[in-house]
Amino acid sequence: MSRSTHYYTGSRDGKRPPSGDPLRKAKDRYDVVVVGSGLAGLTAANILGRAGHSVCVLEQHYNLGGMATWFKRRGGHVFDISLHGFPIGMQKTCRKYWGKSISDRIVQLEGVRFDNPQFQFDTTFTREDFTHKLVDVFGCNPATVESFYETLRAMNYYDDDGRTTAELFEEFFPGRNDVHRLLMEPISYANGSTLQDPAITYGIVFSNFMSKGVYTFTGGTDLLIRAMRDILARNGVDVFGRSQVDEITVEHGRVRGVRVGTREIRAETVISNAGLKATIERLVAPDHFDSAWLDAAKQTRLNCSSTQVYMGLGPGEDLPWIADLLFTSTRPEFDSASLADLHGQSRTFSFYYPKVRPGTGRHTVVSSMNANWSDWADLSESDYAAAKARLEEDTLRALEVHVPDIRSKLTHVESSTPRSFAFYTQHTQGASFGTKFEGLRYSMELPQQIEGLFHSGSVGIIMSGWLGAANYGAITANKVDARIDFLAAETVPTS
Amino acid sequence: MTHEEIVQAVKDIIHTIAPDEEIGGLNLTDPLRDQIELDSMDFLDIVMELRKRYGVQVPEEDYKELATLQGCADYLAPHLADHQLATSA
Repeated sequence: MSRSTHYYTGSRDGKRPPSGDPLRKAKDRYDVVVVGSGLAGLTAANILGRAGHSVCVLEQHYNLGGMATWFKRRGGHVFDISLHGFPIGMQKTCRKYWGKSISDRIVQLEGVRFDNPQFQFDTTFTREDFTHKLVDVFGCNPATVESFYETLRAMNYYDDDGRTTAELFEEFFPGRNDVHRLLMEPISYANGSTLQDPAITYGIVFSNFMSKGVYTFTGGTDLLIRAMRDILARNGVDVFGRSQVDEITVEHGRVRGVRVGTREIRAETVISNAGLKATIERLVAPDHFDSAWLDAAKQTRLNCSSTQVYMGLGPGEDLPWIADLLFTSTRPEFDSASLADLHGQSRTFSFYYPKVRPGTGRHTVVSSMNANWSDWADLSESDYAAAKARLEEDTLRALEVHVPDIRSKLTHVESSTPRSFAFYTQHTQGASFGTKFEGLRYSMELPQQIEGLFHSGSVGIIMSGWLGAANYGAITANKVDARIDFLAAETVPTS
Repeated sequence: MTHEEIVQAVKDIIHTIAPDEEIGGLNLTDPLRDQIELDSMDFLDIVMELRKRYGVQVPEEDYKELATLQGCADYLAPHLADHQLATSA
């Protein structure tokens, strides 16, 4: 591939052409090279830079953040891709790995609303309020609800008993499709999981959310990522955008560095924050792996992709209070797989009121649906345009139920599909939430295959989302720090 | 380091990781997780700080030894015998 194919020009796709060599200031050698700047990659880089190691981050896009990203459009619109809401744990994670200036901006969402044929209500999305809903609205036995929570809280990723989430729900709330919907729908949107995924993945993620509600970052994704970039610079981490890593180079079973076009940057340790599949199928030559391991790892299934519709209100336009997050569906019954139906009946709305970007006075609404790559991948250009137009129209109609005059307030409407996510993030099949549970194992086993090569990023459902990814970055940083320490002891005998 | 100093060293580290937690009243024998809000990620950070400050490598299978302050002191004693208590940051 020639160098020019890595960069895309023009406004159609939003990737800027390079001006000069993006890597002109890069050193020839680092202790650690991080491939990709998602929240896992950035968090690992920051921890390792702070610990005094020389660290470099290489990102193919000109923006950092991976899926934790945003884009701007004419008319002063700023759209967040994945700021919808994360668990309270993010506050502590940011405090520890990024500092107070970031964690202090994390605030609780004020309201989450459900609107579907089975139930309609507002909730704080806390254990207390969910208990109230389950007992007083759905009529569940309080002891059963309590025991459900305790069962989930006790779940650990290393004791997977093979039970599916559907089986877990049937055990506690048999035949209660409405209860299953309340419990599962938000989690399916948060990480692409379904009722068929292991119960422990559900238990861990749900417990994280139920702890104290749903949180967001004041200032928007752009402020967060810019602040992270500043902190990385202060910790001596070199960050280069528009730098497509073509290969992770390996020699004698040990990582040697990365290749960007014709240039190799050496590193004793490489952290791939690219997707797991891209890492093992594209970035590393196959002959460096044990073939049985590689064959098994390649079987790892991806979580679904997404479609989104971005709606920007004009300056001075107001939006009545509805909720920060609205889960809406016209499907009579719940089925988690149907959330990804092409032109399906279920979607979420994230309402970004001016409180998200104080001082701007601006409102945006981002609607998200889960989506399957296969429904979008092979559409012709004209079918693709028609499908996007229908997606936008369906979304506006669903929003009109809640804000009847919404169309007159909007000055920008745009949509994205699995193809958009694949294009911007280079995720295999546009996956929005990494891999299914089995991916975690292969992600963690990577250093046993290739010494000095680590993976970090959205895998295994539990390491997905902002919190999961950032924490996995910290877990990987700890392992890498131990390795660097070990290598130093190996070469410089201590007293 | 003496046992008392090791306990102090671990408390210093906990203070860095969880600055909002009250660590003065921590007892030796109850699990740390029951006394203050420490999760598995925090234990990872404790391990990383031990490596940074004292060069101690705690393998993953030994994390469970660090559940209580007494456990920390017992487990770390042979590793830290020749170390001085680091001045807390």
